[in-house]
Amino acid sequence: MNQNKKEPLFRITKRTDIPPHKSWIIRGVAIVIALLVCAIITTLLTKANPIEVYSSIITGAFGTTRKTWITLQNLSILLLISLALTPAFRMRFWNIGGEGQILMGGLATAACMKFLPGVVPNGLLILIMLLAGIIAGGIWGLIPGVLKAKWNTNETLSTLMMNYIATQIVAAFILYWSGKQSSGKIGVINPDDNLGWLPKIGGIAQLLPVIIAIIITIVSYIYYNYTKQGYEIAVVGESDRTAKYVGMNVKKVIIRTMFISGALCGLVGFLLVGGVNHTVTTTIAGGQGFTAVMVSWLAKFNPFAMIFSSFLIIFMGQGAGEIATAMGLDSSISDILTGIILFFVIACEFFISYKVTFKNNKKEEA
Amino acid sequence: MKKLTALLLTIAMVVSLSACGQTDSASASASASAQEASGETKTVKAGFICLHDENSTYDLNFINAAKEACEAMGVEYLIKTNIPEGQECYDAACELADQGCNFIFADSFGHEDFMIQAAKEFPEVQFAHATGTKAHTAGLNNFHNAFAAIYEGRYLAGIVAGMKLNEMIDNGTITADQAKMGYVGAFPYAEVVSGYTSYFLGARSVCPSATMSVVFTMSWYDETAEKESAKKLISDGCVLISQHADSMGAPTACEQAGVPNVSYNGSTASVAPNTFLVSSKINWVPYFTYAMGCVASGSAIDTDWTGTIATDSVQLTELGSAAAEGTEEAVNAAKEQFAAGTLHVFDTATFTVNGETVSSYMANVDDDPNFEGDHEAIVDGYFNESGAGFRSAPFFDLQIDGISTEN
Repeated sequence: MNQNKKEPLFRITKRTDIPPHKSWIIRGVAIVIALLVCAIITTLLTKANPIEVYSSIITGAFGTTRKTWITLQNLSILLLISLALTPAFRMRFWNIGGEGQILMGGLATAACMKFLPGVVPNGLLILIMLLAGIIAGGIWGLIPGVLKAKWNTNETLSTLMMNYIATQIVAAFILYWSGKQSSGKIGVINPDDNLGWLPKIGGIAQLLPVIIAIIITIVSYIYYNYTKQGYEIAVVGESDRTAKYVGMNVKKVIIRTMFISGALCGLVGFLLVGGVNHTVTTTIAGGQGFTAVMVSWLAKFNPFAMIFSSFLIIFMGQGAGEIATAMGLDSSISDILTGIILFFVIACEFFISYKVTFKNNKKEEA
Repeated sequence: MKKLTALLLTIAMVVSLSACGQTDSASASASASAQEASGETKTVKAGFICLHDENSTYDLNFINAAKEACEAMGVEYLIKTNIPEGQECYDAACELADQGCNFIFADSFGHEDFMIQAAKEFPEVQFAHATGTKAHTAGLNNFHNAFAAIYEGRYLAGIVAGMKLNEMIDNGTITADQAKMGYVGAFPYAEVVSGYTSYFLGARSVCPSATMSVVFTMSWYDETAEKESAKKLISDGCVLISQHADSMGAPTACEQAGVPNVSYNGSTASVAPNTFLVSSKINWVPYFTYAMGCVASGSAIDTDWTGTIATDSVQLTELGSAAAEGTEEAVNAAKEQFAAGTLHVFDTATFTVNGETVSSYMANVDDDPNFEGDHEAIVDGYFNESGAGFRSAPFFDLQIDGISTEN
């Protein structure tokens, strides 16, 4: 603007029209740089051959059929949680209560597994478990939704706090169910007759979450892009005044969307209790309710892109255990590597959104 | 963009489909039968599943023992750390079996159900589990429980505490009536009850006026709660603290308050150099040596195996600098009596329940969900904790006089 003033060393301008292929190149370059940095740090810290570390990460995730299935199952669960949080995020409603919504869904599922066998046939039992999980998770999401819609409370705080309430409710039920002389664990539910255990499709226990994740991914994509409700979410997210102006019932949209978000988390609770663990503990969600926030953000709330961001995290996580077992390293090394990769991936988003122009020679940073 | 995602989805599906095609359980069983045919002694490959890693004193104790036993026997081994008490334990056990392990061990109580699941799937592999209660009722010949008569170690640690109380009484620091100890327990669970009762009986055997107050934290690992509980006990007049929970919370609180502390699972002298008295611990090397020896020779592993002082499974650490004079001698005297079979920790002559001597008690050995008794535990005038014909995990859950419990 001011011609007389000295030009700064570099200038940052917002990009408005970066073509998709270019943004993917930037991301790819970021991952390559991240892997190089990881290799250097691994060698410096552990004296281990980085190629060996990378190959054991791959072995850890895909080394055997069983490992591949476990990786796919964990991927599906994290993807489902991310998909569950996304409708709220698209509405600019910061639902960080995934953890609690999963726990409540899991608790309701466990209660059905514990008390309904013998009352209803197994097929009906599983259906009731599914409904109970979805409704319990949905209600846990609905509460902060209603608070926001009616009294405009801060949803970040309310969803976060409801995680702790859910953890304590689950802890209380576990103590109550396991009896006062117990060691604080309820153990596997129905270990002998496997009542209420989700079916192994084709003999593979891990297949069901994978199928459900694929279905929900596709349905989510359609919901956001081709339905009236998906459009309403987008409009409310952009500006609730615009939404009001065009005659949308913003409160209704908020409450409905939070129910969907919580219900999908409840579905994950159902899968974790009925299909994966067959028991409920306070740590069943294992922090994935928070990890999923990052997964969803990294993917810019795009259901298909979430497959990659959740894959990255699960892949490194599976590799962690393998590194610890095979190379005798502490499993923290994988956390360090994941951290480095995420740092680069998140940082590269800056270069996708903004353009850096240097003083003399106009150079683009990738 | 859409093309790219479609392509990647397709790849994901192809990967998952090709994964369906293979089965590796067949190859695993084939190699097992090949081993059986090859001769008398089988090559043992061991797998160990640990709840945490070396940073937890509980798991470190297992990891060190596993390495020592395997290296002494020349056994190939794999250790999986940070395995939660969930489906991950089943997955880890199956992966170890896939990798050719024929002896698989898990170290945490909550692993048990998942180990049983894996044991059902791999009948040719021997599964063993520490602290568990279900092997004798599970009806599987390849799933085993193991523990140690740690109550004898606790009793010895109690003697160390009692000697310290006597020293305080003799010095005039406290009167005999003030010889009150505090105990930070995890859950009011039989393993914990058995532990603090045997510890208390040991202390009272040398300091007859000793009493004890127990607080439960309702968690196996909660540093803050353990520290706060210890502080509360100290402010309530407890002059010596012990604990059964896995963090450094209680020893740290004791060091700050200058109150002597009896530890568990290993020495805590590093965080409490001035107040650490002694720690009892289980040495797992004898069990691993025994069980892997059974796998090698093809003989059956005991469904319930209880290590003792005689098998060197129950150990005391070196005494801390705070221990009273003459402690070593008193502990050795009791050890000899244990070895000779003349001393029983839960001798019914040494304790009462509601003022009465216990002559009969139906203990809950078979893990009844309603905690109803199923086995007569009083044998020859003593409570036969972890005895032969029962189970290895403790089941003593009587509330004896002299110990008060809070919350």
